Amino acid sequence: MSKSNLTRRGVLKTGALGGAGLAVPTIFTASSVAAHTNEPTGSTVTLGFNVPQTGPYADEGADELRAYELAVEHLNGGGDGGMMSTFSSKALQGNGILGKKVEYVTGDTQTKSDAARASAKSMIEKDGAVMITGGSSSGVAVAVQALCQEAGIIFMAGLTHSNDTTGKDKRANGFRHFFNSYMSGAALAPVLEKMYGSDRKAYHLTADYNWGYTTEEAVKSSTEALGWETVNTVKTPLTQTDFSSYIAPVLQSGADVLVLNHYGGNMVNSLTNAVQFGLREKQVNGKNFEIVVPLYSRLMAKGAGANVKGIFGSTNWHWSLQDAGSKAFVNSFGTKYGFPPSQAAHTCYVQTLLYADAVERAGSFAPCAVAEALEGFEFDGLGNGKTLYRAEDHQCFKDVLVVKGKENPTSEFDLLEIVEVTPAAQVTYAPDHPQFSGGALGTCNNGA
Amino acid sequence: MFGLEKKDAKLLLIVAALVFFAPFLLNPFPSDSGMAQFNAGYPDLMQRFVIFGIFAIGFNILFGLTGYLSFGHAAFLGVGSYSAVWMFKLLSMNVVPAIILAVIVSGLFAIVIGYVSLRRSGIYFSILTLAFAQMSFALAYSVLTPITGGETGLQLALNDPRILGAAQTADGNIPVPGIFGLEMRSTAELAVGPWEFVFNVGYYFSGILMLASFYLAIRIFRSPFGMMLRAVKSNQQRMSYTGLNPKPYTLAAFVISGMYAGLAGGLMAAMDPLAGAERMFWTASGEVVLMTILGGVGTLIGPVLGAGAIKYMENIISKINSDILHGWFAFLPDGLEDFVVAIIYPFIGKGWHLTLGIIFMLVVIFLPGGLVEGGQRIAKLFGKKKTNDAKDGAEAKTPAE
Amino acid sequence: MDAIILQILNGLDKGSAYALIALGLTLIFGTLGVVNFAHGALFMIGAFCAVTLSRLFNLSHKVAVPGETDFLGNPLMRDQPYLYDIFGEATGAALIDWAVPLAILFSIPIMLFVGWAMERGLIKHFYKRPHADQILVTFGLAIVMQEIIKYYYGANPIPTPAPAAFTGSFDFGAMLGLDPNQIIYPYWRLVYFAFATVIIGAVFAFLQFTTFGMVVRAGMADRETVGLLGINIDKRFTIMFGIAAAVAGLAGVMYAPINSPNYHMGMDFLVLSFVVVVVGGMGSLPGAVLAGFLLGILESFASMSAVIDLIPGINQIIIYLVAIIILLTRPRGLMGRKGVMED
Repeated sequence: MSKSNLTRRGVLKTGALGGAGLAVPTIFTASSVAAHTNEPTGSTVTLGFNVPQTGPYADEGADELRAYELAVEHLNGGGDGGMMSTFSSKALQGNGILGKKVEYVTGDTQTKSDAARASAKSMIEKDGAVMITGGSSSGVAVAVQALCQEAGIIFMAGLTHSNDTTGKDKRANGFRHFFNSYMSGAALAPVLEKMYGSDRKAYHLTADYNWGYTTEEAVKSSTEALGWETVNTVKTPLTQTDFSSYIAPVLQSGADVLVLNHYGGNMVNSLTNAVQFGLREKQVNGKNFEIVVPLYSRLMAKGAGANVKGIFGSTNWHWSLQDAGSKAFVNSFGTKYGFPPSQAAHTCYVQTLLYADAVERAGSFAPCAVAEALEGFEFDGLGNGKTLYRAEDHQCFKDVLVVKGKENPTSEFDLLEIVEVTPAAQVTYAPDHPQFSGGALGTCNNGA
Repeated sequence: MFGLEKKDAKLLLIVAALVFFAPFLLNPFPSDSGMAQFNAGYPDLMQRFVIFGIFAIGFNILFGLTGYLSFGHAAFLGVGSYSAVWMFKLLSMNVVPAIILAVIVSGLFAIVIGYVSLRRSGIYFSILTLAFAQMSFALAYSVLTPITGGETGLQLALNDPRILGAAQTADGNIPVPGIFGLEMRSTAELAVGPWEFVFNVGYYFSGILMLASFYLAIRIFRSPFGMMLRAVKSNQQRMSYTGLNPKPYTLAAFVISGMYAGLAGGLMAAMDPLAGAERMFWTASGEVVLMTILGGVGTLIGPVLGAGAIKYMENIISKINSDILHGWFAFLPDGLEDFVVAIIYPFIGKGWHLTLGIIFMLVVIFLPGGLVEGGQRIAKLFGKKKTNDAKDGAEAKTPAE
Repeated sequence: MDAIILQILNGLDKGSAYALIALGLTLIFGTLGVVNFAHGALFMIGAFCAVTLSRLFNLSHKVAVPGETDFLGNPLMRDQPYLYDIFGEATGAALIDWAVPLAILFSIPIMLFVGWAMERGLIKHFYKRPHADQILVTFGLAIVMQEIIKYYYGANPIPTPAPAAFTGSFDFGAMLGLDPNQIIYPYWRLVYFAFATVIIGAVFAFLQFTTFGMVVRAGMADRETVGLLGINIDKRFTIMFGIAAAVAGLAGVMYAPINSPNYHMGMDFLVLSFVVVVVGGMGSLPGAVLAGFLLGILESFASMSAVIDLIPGINQIIIYLVAIIILLTRPRGLMGRKGVMED
């Protein structure tokens, strides 16, 4: 019957009055006493890890969750500290965030925007999470980002590659460390030119939804700028599992490069089908026929098996990088789980550290203060070299990796090899670039 | 009372009490205890309970009474959501016009689809509705992206041309839906010792609409129109021989249940102004079928129970992770703790689908009448002479085909 | 012209998978009157038979590779399959290479057993129950089956390649005297088509020319009368359920190299195969096969870029659109019988 401060819902807490335990309701408005939504008042702070645990991206979600657990361990001073020791900012002490022990809740996005929002809402409303992070698709990232904006919570995006996340659907409370379609195109094009020449005819197969559109546009415009010709672009349904009828006509079109703007299961299947058709052994226009996959991930490469050998693509990060940050991260992740982390795990780990660091530097959990600390923040030592969190669109600008399926993998994790590390300057674009136009960041929301 | 028989009035009062006291009933555990994980009394989930309750009640009017199994009902839910969000974007953030438009548009949509689909019966009807819904989903996700937002869903933006009301709030944010100024997300908190109870405007708004829907459903079940629909189910041919054309009745039932789905969709958008195409995918249509069967086909309260059960699993069981499990069983010796956690772990968190599947099977094997039958059996067990009020006598014995 | 020939090939290939699954579904509908929502899961389990056999063949022990290290700096270990130790490297490698075709033999007893266990343990209690209950219980079963597979194999697709002899594609264009590369088709897909034809033929021959098949057909037409004649029709129907499961499973085994199997591939096929069955007409085996191939071919045509340019989005909806048109013009699908599943 006494007033309890043990709960995490400190914000909404009103005192119990008298023995009867009646309380005065607090209406959830801007005039409320709390400084911002879910302001942590106790000795702990709760983060919400919202990742796909069921559905086609469940394995990627599981890897994200491993990274989050590792990050929480490191933030609380456990383990070997991972990238905290290589991180250029030294605000993190290993004593939680602002001295509060980090706790976390998990949820299942199911890779559906509705389910992801339901899960994020329960973290905000029930568990008192002060930051939401995670996800493995742009649809989910955009949906949860909008929700966090409305609720006054910081959203640190997980794996989301569509231009829209920090383009037309950007939000002041949302931040993305992962790279995007434009960067993939800008990084890939010069390598493709070097490898395959500037006189090529490309045929695009594109997943028929937002991410597919932005990726197709990005790759198309950067390769066309180098002199490639785009013979045809065909949209394929998201639910398609057998791509044979889309791949069969490719050779007839006279194209000599096939670009697969697909991700996840779509990409595994379309690449497998393309290789089955023997496209890679063909000669067209006197050149070897080539296949390009703009966005690669190791888990997808695993699903496609031997079919990825020699195929170019781009990734955000890869465990074989040799900088101090990457090595520290791979080492602590590998020691804990027995295999190297995926790029999704990396971006999630880094996002958690970046958030914690920003809170430390801002000295507050208030979203507006955190956002201000992150905006224009330059850092290093987190595996991608010198990185800038741009204030205008909350997108990280850093080096992008161009990778290729390894010819002779030594283990089931050693599937990609780094061909080139494209410097950040080459993939940087103006905030008002046409591929990112429409939409506005708005102002940060502290909620209440 | 309310023009209802005593039995039905009592049922309505019980449901009303459940809805009004849900914030207490769903938060039975102190918020600082380990069991707090099982509390479901937070606004989002409570809203979902009643909204999916509306959806399932509507579905049951078609399926439970006429026996027509629509496998594409989620399309109406999706259309309702899209209309509501467009209303927010173009007209005002008041939920009333949004919900009205959602019901109207989904009703029109249901007239078209129902008119075509009802030319066939049985599984042919099911596949026709499925085909329409799948087409709606596929187009909304891809080529209709300018209207539906595609993959990322239709959402509000800072530059929406809202005719009544501002495009942005004073501090530069997107306004939130409300009813005449009262925001849907406004929440009052009541702390009683370690317990916490949350009262949310959106929840009560949806809850009242659900009660209205439930009341309407009772009236339909008990009306001559309802009798007509039951006649459609038991023997269409005999009905035609008596000179009655079953089609207008079935179509009316289809449209009514489509409008219920539209209301649910509109409410979903009102609680959370985003409409995604996944709402129309066949799994979403399948979900409402499962809710209805799980709860008890043709019973009044069954669909609501089924909806609650499935949403509870989706939102509560899926959030239990191994850390929490270890926390619960920390009192056990180390080896035993790990063993117990290892046994339970596959069924919770990312394994919640497994639990769901097992529950589907157990319920249908042991409780042919769904959860309602379970309630009846428990009631019997406690020696109550009278049968459960929730039961709709004749229907429970002859579930739909 | 080339493009059209190519899409017909594609359609036949896609259609084979649809037809095989639909055939099994119709066998179950027709004989037992049960709506089996777990049929897609049976297809998936078939594919995982192939995965499992290939994993069994690849069971390995670690051998250190001198002079190399892994990502943590420890000595690099390379896997050496036990088969190499038992049969020598050449035979071992050949067995591993041929894992998928060998999985056909491996899967038949498994699928027959799964089918038998499902029918005896669960489905038989649902013959008299409403279709709604059948849907709920088989859907629940499908979820349980796929979650079990996910628990052991993960959610990621698992590459299961065809034997090396079948990689690459056959050049029809060159054969017909056209330019090379105009009409090429992968060997394994041609094998799949041939395999499907054989299985479909075998099922029809079995029903048509054996006494057992005759009794089953009689039972499908009029169960009661056959029962009155003193024939134990239930036992035969159980066997038919096993056969239907085996057909779905074999379709899955052979499909594994076409698309890397994952735990939800059954759900992806479930809805489509129901559409195929219904378009074919409830209870009609030839209808199911015909509809499978028809929808496969139409789907392929709709994916041609010339067609998409003409009607945007047509590739997304073609199957459903065709299903609607057929069901509205032919009340019981292509070859359905009156009164089956119409109420």
